[in-house]
Amino acid sequence: MFKNFLPNKILSINNKLINNLISLMIVILFIGFIYAIFISPPDYIQGDAVRIMYVHVPSSFISLGCFALIGIASILNLIFKIKFMPLIAKSLAPIGAVFTLISIATGSLWGKPTWGVWWVWDARLTSMAILFFFYIAYMLTWKLITKYEKAKKVSTVIAILGLFNLPVIKYSVDWWNTLHQPSSITLTSAPTIHYTMLFPLLIMLFGLAIYSLVIFLMQYKSELIKFKISNKKKNN
Amino acid sequence: MLTKKARLRIFYLTLLSFFVAIIIFLVLKSLEENVVYFFSPTEIYYKSNISLKKKIRVGGLVKEGSVKKKEKGINFVITDLKNEIIVSFTGIVPNLFSEGKGVIAEGKLRDKKYFITNKILAKHDENYMPPEVSKALAGTK
Repeated sequence: MFKNFLPNKILSINNKLINNLISLMIVILFIGFIYAIFISPPDYIQGDAVRIMYVHVPSSFISLGCFALIGIASILNLIFKIKFMPLIAKSLAPIGAVFTLISIATGSLWGKPTWGVWWVWDARLTSMAILFFFYIAYMLTWKLITKYEKAKKVSTVIAILGLFNLPVIKYSVDWWNTLHQPSSITLTSAPTIHYTMLFPLLIMLFGLAIYSLVIFLMQYKSELIKFKISNKKKNN
Repeated sequence: MLTKKARLRIFYLTLLSFFVAIIIFLVLKSLEENVVYFFSPTEIYYKSNISLKKKIRVGGLVKEGSVKKKEKGINFVITDLKNEIIVSFTGIVPNLFSEGKGVIAEGKLRDKKYFITNKILAKHDENYMPPEVSKALAGTK
C-alpha cells in the first residue's frame, strides 16, 4: 500500500486524475449542501441552527484525522526511515490546520444561538485550540528551519507530542464535565443522530474528505519535486 | 523488514510514549478541578473544600416544574437525578433553556443547597432528531 505513495507513482499522477476527483467532489458537495440546507429536517430543540453541524462535524473529523496521519507518517519515518513520509506529513499539515480553524469558527457560530456563548474554556474546546497550536508549530518548523534533516527531526517530535492530544480531544466530553455535548457517533453504540440527519452528515464528510485528498495530492506532488531538486543541488 | 535498528527505535519510542502518557495523565489529574467545566449537584454535595467566595459552575438538568419567575429573573432547581440544588438567576433567560434539558450556571454558592447566578448557559445533549420524531417518542412515553 505504501508503494502508491512512492515518488515515482505520485509524480506520474497527471492532471486528469486530479480533475476527475475535483468533479466527483463538486457533485458530492453539491448533493450534500442541498440535503444539509433544504432537505434535512430542523432539530427538535435547536431548529435550523443544527445545520451548522453539517460543516462543523466533518471539519472536526478531518482536522483530527490529518494530525493522526501526520503523527503516523512521522513515526514510520522515525522507525523505518521511509524517506517520503515527512513529505506526506508536511503536505497534510496546512489542510488539517485550515479544517481545525473551520471547526472552531463554525463551532462558535453554532454555540452562540444554542449555548448562549461564542467560546468557553472547557476541555473539548481548549484541546481543539491546543491542536491548532500544534499544527502551527509543526508548519513553522518546516518554514523556519532551513536544513531538511533538522526540520524533519524537530517536526517529528512535535508530531508525536501532538498525537497525545488526540485522545484527549476525543474523550474530553466523556472524561470530564464539559459544555460541549458528548459524542453522537461512537464505535460502541448506535448513533444518536436520526438517519435523516446522519445521511447528509456522512455525505458532507465524504465530500470534504475528497477535497482534502485533492489538495493533498497537489501539495505532495510539489513537495516531491522540490525535494528532488534540492537533492540534485546537494549532489552536484 | 524489522531490522535491529528499527526494533531498537520502536523500543525507545514506546518507552518514551509510555512516560509522556504518564506525565500527561498526572498533569491532567492534578489540574482536574480546572479542566472540569462544571460540578454536578452531587459533586457539590460531597465536596469538602467548597469555597463560598469563589465563582464556580454548577451543571445538570433543569428539574421539571421547578421554574418560578421572580422579579428580574427566575428561580429553578438543577438536578442530576441524585441530588438537587436551588438556583436563583437574575437576567435574561437564553433561548434553549427549558425544563428537563441541560443547563450550566456560573456564580457563587450561598450554601450547599442554594446557588446565586447571573449567567446561565443552555446545554444540549447528543440527540439530534426532527420534531416529528420527538413528538412520536413523547407520545409513546
